[in-house]
Amino acid sequence: MSSLYLHIPFCRSKCFYCDFYSQVGNAAQLSRYVELLCADLQLLAEQSPQAATFKTIFFGGGTPSLLSAEQVAVLLRQVERDFGIAEDCEITLEANPGTLDADQLQGYRTAGVNRLSLGVQSFSDRRLQQLGRRHSASEAGRSVALARTAGFDNLSLDLIFSLPGQTEQELQTDLQALLALQPQHLSLYGSSLEPGTELFGRLQQGELTENSDERYAEQYRLLAGLLRVAGFEHYEISNFALPGQRCRHNQVYWRRQPCLAVGSGAHGFSARGWGKRWQRPQLALYRAKLSVGENPAELLESFDRQGAMAETLYLALRTADGLSREAFQKKFGLLPEAAFPAAFAQLGKRLQRQGDRWYFDLEAWLLYDHLISAFL
Amino acid sequence: MKQKNIRNFSIIAHIDHGKSTLADRLLEKTGALSDREKTDQFLDKMELEQERGITIKAQAVRLNYRARDGQDYLLNLIDTPGHVDFSYEVSRSLSACEGAMLVIDAAQGVEAQTLANVYMAIDQDLEIFPVLNKIDLPSAEPERVKEEVEEIIGIDTSDAVLASAKEGIGIEDILEAVVTRVPAPLGNPDAPLKALTFDSWYDPYQGVIILVRVIDGTIKKGEKIKLMATGGTYEVQKVGAFSPHPTELPQLASGEVGFVIAGIKVVEDAKVGDTITHQHRPADTALPGFQVVKPMVFSGLYPIDSAEYDSLRDALVKLRLNDAAFSFEPENSLALGFGFRCGFLGLLHMEIIQERLEREFGVELITTAPTVVYKVTTTKGELLHVESANMLPEIQFIEKIDEPFVLASIHVPNEFVGAVLNLCIERRGIQRELKYLTANRVMVVYELPLNEIVLDFFDRLKSVTRGYGSLDYEHLDFRPSKLVRLNVLINGDVVDALSLIVHNDKAQFRGRELVAKMKEFIPRQQYEVAIQAAIGNKVIARSTVKALRKDVTAKCYGGDITRKRKLLEKQKAGKKRMKQIGSVELPQEAFLAILKVKE
Repeated sequence: MSSLYLHIPFCRSKCFYCDFYSQVGNAAQLSRYVELLCADLQLLAEQSPQAATFKTIFFGGGTPSLLSAEQVAVLLRQVERDFGIAEDCEITLEANPGTLDADQLQGYRTAGVNRLSLGVQSFSDRRLQQLGRRHSASEAGRSVALARTAGFDNLSLDLIFSLPGQTEQELQTDLQALLALQPQHLSLYGSSLEPGTELFGRLQQGELTENSDERYAEQYRLLAGLLRVAGFEHYEISNFALPGQRCRHNQVYWRRQPCLAVGSGAHGFSARGWGKRWQRPQLALYRAKLSVGENPAELLESFDRQGAMAETLYLALRTADGLSREAFQKKFGLLPEAAFPAAFAQLGKRLQRQGDRWYFDLEAWLLYDHLISAFL
Repeated sequence: MKQKNIRNFSIIAHIDHGKSTLADRLLEKTGALSDREKTDQFLDKMELEQERGITIKAQAVRLNYRARDGQDYLLNLIDTPGHVDFSYEVSRSLSACEGAMLVIDAAQGVEAQTLANVYMAIDQDLEIFPVLNKIDLPSAEPERVKEEVEEIIGIDTSDAVLASAKEGIGIEDILEAVVTRVPAPLGNPDAPLKALTFDSWYDPYQGVIILVRVIDGTIKKGEKIKLMATGGTYEVQKVGAFSPHPTELPQLASGEVGFVIAGIKVVEDAKVGDTITHQHRPADTALPGFQVVKPMVFSGLYPIDSAEYDSLRDALVKLRLNDAAFSFEPENSLALGFGFRCGFLGLLHMEIIQERLEREFGVELITTAPTVVYKVTTTKGELLHVESANMLPEIQFIEKIDEPFVLASIHVPNEFVGAVLNLCIERRGIQRELKYLTANRVMVVYELPLNEIVLDFFDRLKSVTRGYGSLDYEHLDFRPSKLVRLNVLINGDVVDALSLIVHNDKAQFRGRELVAKMKEFIPRQQYEVAIQAAIGNKVIARSTVKALRKDVTAKCYGGDITRKRKLLEKQKAGKKRMKQIGSVELPQEAFLAILKVKE
């Protein structure tokens, strides 16, 4: 095991586009939750056959920046004690611009966090309001500046595009503001209004109109083009990085490498057999299980060879690196095109090959869900 | 049981007027159902019947009742279907009875279908007594409805029973009415056996089960019997009755209704309408049988997965065992491969068969648009019966085409008369009669091409009359008509399974609407899909389903991976219900898009 994910399922408030499980937490709940995470880590270490030294650690949420610097330090000390943290470990923490101050950022850095992922989402105050974000555009800029001062030299910023009614012009303004902050990494997510969210409700009320698929595609192409010019590598459907600055933790998912996970609602992946995915339950049950020293993980799915091959293939196709035929053959004993002849025939030229690698181009990425259905 | 204490009766009612609930109450009241069995609508045995709230097959149930006169009676309730497609079954059921209970919704009054069935009962000399159901409804108007029944049907309603099956009101009064109003069966128990077969079905364990009404004589286990029409002889293995569970009895005597099992292997050998008699002492003459029912509406049924062809055939064979009104023969289509051309009594019958095939036999189907039988005279003077647009010869070889007409009676409250007349005119109808049955109920009689009825006429009628219109029709004749074949092209190729026969004056409109509707049903695909409607080589309408531009999950980390894949798998399972035509995937609904065209 070389990667660890810690989930913080708390938020100050629910954003209007978010359909993830989270709850509004107060300070007392948070501090109790940190104790649970420590207990979870300890139990996990006891049950792991051999202690791992982590090469990537990711605090995700929810809003992990609701944790104080001291809480993050406590957690990382626990990780160090129970498992070990590699010298060059990438330690990312997701943060919301509205929740950050200078001391806190300094504290995160001192605790060992070396990468921040900031949920900027938009540079228009009107949009931020519409999205139910608690910060303003200028706060985002200030947070970035504070982070730099605190010594963070690896910053990732999130932006949402193709919001309801968003024009290309509006988007370009956003992108310019984003680039002006000189991030090392960007995650650009196309808007998708999910049932159960505030925005979906407004859509149904007719207060909003979703952008057409054509417009989505147009904006995606526009962003990808502009970022390439700005020197970014488009290394995954929604992710861009300056050379050498890809998120090592997230690549673990797309490479189908094992990842331990702690926290209520967290998903972990172990490589045993053809792979197994584990999920930790919602808070009440999570707490109950840990309080009696019981492993809180629930088996979500266990893969057979066919399932493992398919997932290996289509997760790799999310990335610019694509799928190495050789690596695939080494793992499964046959070439991907031999494992999925019908799907390869169906996809035809959509799947491109260069040397050892199968990959999707930008246009195929736009149809990713449709195309990978061939492998399911 | 003495013959004078037997009562055989049916219930005549319009769909939704509460017949099945009422029947259940009668079963409960007479103790035929245990508490545990009081699921709603016991008589509607098939899952489908329960869901749709209609009765498809006739049932016969025996009830024991001690009447207010202190005597014990044996009541045989012979259930009847309430939909126009199945009226032949009603007529069969009635022939086993001496009386009929006419159930009328106390709020809605008389409907066309009820009337048609009442006339059938009158023709068969049945004693008819009215029951006004749903009197608990605030909108119930028993006095108005009584008047209506007297005016329209001409039967005395002074002692009509007021009931609410839902609330259990008036159930005993109904049972008393059965005893006092329905005559005891006539018939001679000592005469040679004559038993009327009024239904039969195949049971995998017992072979064919025949429902009979014994007219004269008695029938017992072990006796040698002969079916007078087919000439087959068999040994009776069991006789009995449904009460409501099958119960074996020592014999069935004249006047009684029950089942006979005699080792018969196929339903064809025990034709409905046949007379059963004894081999050693046969009756002189058979009872008058029934008219053979003929399918009126045809459509193609194709397995979505061509590997399921054999399963589809086996399923059709099995369904046919219990449904003589339905026919099928192999057909093939360039677009859909091998399938069957099936004949049905009407649209509902078609939907029911289709649903049963999918549900009970697990065969996923493409159904092509329903069509009627056309009589086509070729230039060489040949007469063809065309039941599929693809069998229609090229226009230059056609001398003339005749299409079937029906006489349709529509009952409607007077505020909807205008809308109904418009609908009938739209559908090329010729008015025969417009009659005020009461101050606000109107009977509209039109001659209509059946072709216009099979395409959603019933739905349209319901919609323009807000559900108040009811329809009954009977076949009239064939009439020459200007009909053309409308083809649909997908990406430039004619898809034979989508071809239709339409009236020349409507071809433009139907083509345009059909193309527009298909566009709604066909999901975006990787490449653009062009849809065209054409008559001969002339394209009359076109539309395009644009290529898929975006279908991507933007966020895919830890927990998203499983969640998203499950979603995609579900979508893909839905897609399996699509048929690949060339490079285009067409969903099931696209083949029936013509039924969804609104005028």
